[in-house]
Amino acid sequence: MAKANNIKKKDTHTISMLVANKPGVLVRVALVFARRGYNIDALVVSPSVNPRYSRMTITAKGDPDTLDQIIKQASKLIDMIHAEEHSDIDAVHCELALLKLKATAANKTVIAKLARKFHVRIVNESKEAVIIEQTGTTEELDEFEGLLKKHNIIEMVRSGKLVMAKGKEST
Amino acid sequence: MLKKSKTKTRKKPSPKKQMTGAEALVKCLENHGVEYIFGLSGGSVIPIFDVLVDSKIKLILVRHEQGATHMADGYARATGKPGVVLVTSGPGSTNTVTGIMTAHMDSVPMIVLTGQTISPMLGKDAFQEADIAGISMPVVKHSYLVKKTNDLPRILKEAFYITNTGRPGPVLIDLPKDITSGPFTGSLNQKMDIPGYSVPGKGNQKDILKIAQLFNASKKPLLLVGHGAAISKAENAVRALARKLKAPVVNTLLGKGVFPESSPLNLGMLGMHGTAYANKALINCDLICSIGSRWDDRINGNNNEFCIGAVKIHIDIDPAEIGKVVQPDAHVIGDARLVVEELVKHVEPKDTSKWLQEVGFYRKEFPLKYSNDKGLTAQKVIDELYQITKGSATIVTDVGQHQMWAAQFCLAERGDKWISSGGAGTMGFGFPAAIGAQFGKPKELVVAVCGDGGFQMTLSELATASIHKLPVKVIIIDNKYLGMVRQWQELFFDNRLSGVDLEGNPDFVKLAEAYGIKGVHIDKVEDVHKKLKAALAYKGPVVIHAEVIKEGNVFPMVPAGKSAHHIIIEPPTTQLEKPTGST
Repeated sequence: MAKANNIKKKDTHTISMLVANKPGVLVRVALVFARRGYNIDALVVSPSVNPRYSRMTITAKGDPDTLDQIIKQASKLIDMIHAEEHSDIDAVHCELALLKLKATAANKTVIAKLARKFHVRIVNESKEAVIIEQTGTTEELDEFEGLLKKHNIIEMVRSGKLVMAKGKEST
Repeated sequence: MLKKSKTKTRKKPSPKKQMTGAEALVKCLENHGVEYIFGLSGGSVIPIFDVLVDSKIKLILVRHEQGATHMADGYARATGKPGVVLVTSGPGSTNTVTGIMTAHMDSVPMIVLTGQTISPMLGKDAFQEADIAGISMPVVKHSYLVKKTNDLPRILKEAFYITNTGRPGPVLIDLPKDITSGPFTGSLNQKMDIPGYSVPGKGNQKDILKIAQLFNASKKPLLLVGHGAAISKAENAVRALARKLKAPVVNTLLGKGVFPESSPLNLGMLGMHGTAYANKALINCDLICSIGSRWDDRINGNNNEFCIGAVKIHIDIDPAEIGKVVQPDAHVIGDARLVVEELVKHVEPKDTSKWLQEVGFYRKEFPLKYSNDKGLTAQKVIDELYQITKGSATIVTDVGQHQMWAAQFCLAERGDKWISSGGAGTMGFGFPAAIGAQFGKPKELVVAVCGDGGFQMTLSELATASIHKLPVKVIIIDNKYLGMVRQWQELFFDNRLSGVDLEGNPDFVKLAEAYGIKGVHIDKVEDVHKKLKAALAYKGPVVIHAEVIKEGNVFPMVPAGKSAHHIIIEPPTTQLEKPTGST
């Protein structure tokens, strides 16, 4: 919790929460953000090692003071085991994207070229479209998307950011 | 014949009777020491009401569910035990939302049991189905939708623990009808399962020592006592600290009585309608220590200009309160009583005679005052109430001008002697809360001070007071206006009155009599003492209708959004700027 204060000021924040695996927890967490006008950009809910608990990883934009209050208020939820903000320095972070492009020869050439720089593979190919999967940091995904934009991305789905604290620190 | 057969049945090795969910629920409530349930029945809770017929818990039937929540609230604040509410599904449950929000804002322990449609019908817009767990989510400390009958004992145990530990708050339990009417086959004694919930205790010793040092370096310390100090029963600890430091004490609206307001060290309530001397002390102190207050906007006005230059210390059980509004120089997270008890050991006795002299000067220079030149004022009635009772009565207020006058003139000597809706400012709170407080303190004098506006929001509970012959006294301060809003319109909006005239008020004496309650009418200054004294001494419920001058204003006043420097002590003669702060 105290960590939120030490993190340098920036717009996008990543918060990892360990919550009791009970119905309604997601709503309770979302209300803490919504009430303070904080917009959630990405949200990943997944099982944790212990089936009693779930993991929530939230990416949100806003000022750090409000975020500090959000983490404190969320920590008060009875079903919250802990909530913590993670920076890029103290945690590993990654994200996955699926992109659908027209199956043109030009597109395929570009994909083959970019695939060397980015962690990308083709997961499905049909006559009309090709679906590629990319994993990497949010910034890498953003960069890749920017480079591909002119090549007619038909659809894109992103997983939202995942983080894990480095070393012996718990996430 | 009958006797014979009875004996026969007794002899039979009777198979163990299967309990229902409702029976298990009521048994758990009994085991948690519940004396009263404030409730109103309906289809989905009939199985529970049925069990209550044979229970030792007394059911107080209300006339509207909002009344039930405020009664439970008043009961809880008067006794320190959680108030319990039982209502039906749909509208029955949604009618509790205002009362739950009121309890949440003021950290009051309360268990709200709501009926719900049967589980298979959930989400199918069944008759009287409302997603009350969802609707109430932002205003509860925690809530449950029960899915298994056998979980009831665990859920009840958790709910009673959660509601009245740490920073108290309401817990709602939504009970589908099939859960309460279905068979209960589990154990009544179950373990809690709330690994994410922990209760701060005595606070970090290092933090306490740091605070003690700050006190020792201070020449003009000021203690700010809030509701948290009352909740943790920190009366003796706060008194010991103030006396050792010889520090003056100010209190929030809900912190009244934790430190005796009649003490020369006490400066009364601070903030928007606090005393001028409390606010002057706030401006001139060199250290302010909040004990269980949340630096609410009614007391700090403008947090950017709040106590600039003074060292700020915050003692609170809720970590989220630290730095929420005011950034303190030092803080301790813990129970107010335990922290202050420890802190007393480490502060050095102080010579604050100069500071006390200065504060005494403010008290002399800017006293609370009112005149009866233009007729009977609310202040006169309320002041007389205090002169007669001298802090012996539990004063319960509604919300508005009368509330502020009561806070100014009815000095409290104990935390539980003052009950008011602070954070929420819920009109309609006072009268039912007084009923609840009277149930909790059957032998004490409980007086509700209400306005004519707020009283009419929950007056149907006159029936509840009447059938139980409760000795509760209700003083209706009738100025025929929604007075606080009228005051703002007069001071800040060119006296353009809009939506504040309560033309059409009933004859409150006749209204009381229609419910079989004694009614007393007061409209003359010279009658106040005699009539009020007689009414307070009456054995049953009394409604005292005090018709006061219509255009009284509450002063001092710090306009919303301004710091204490901008306090208005005398009625202003010029138009004031529109306030920028919240309501």
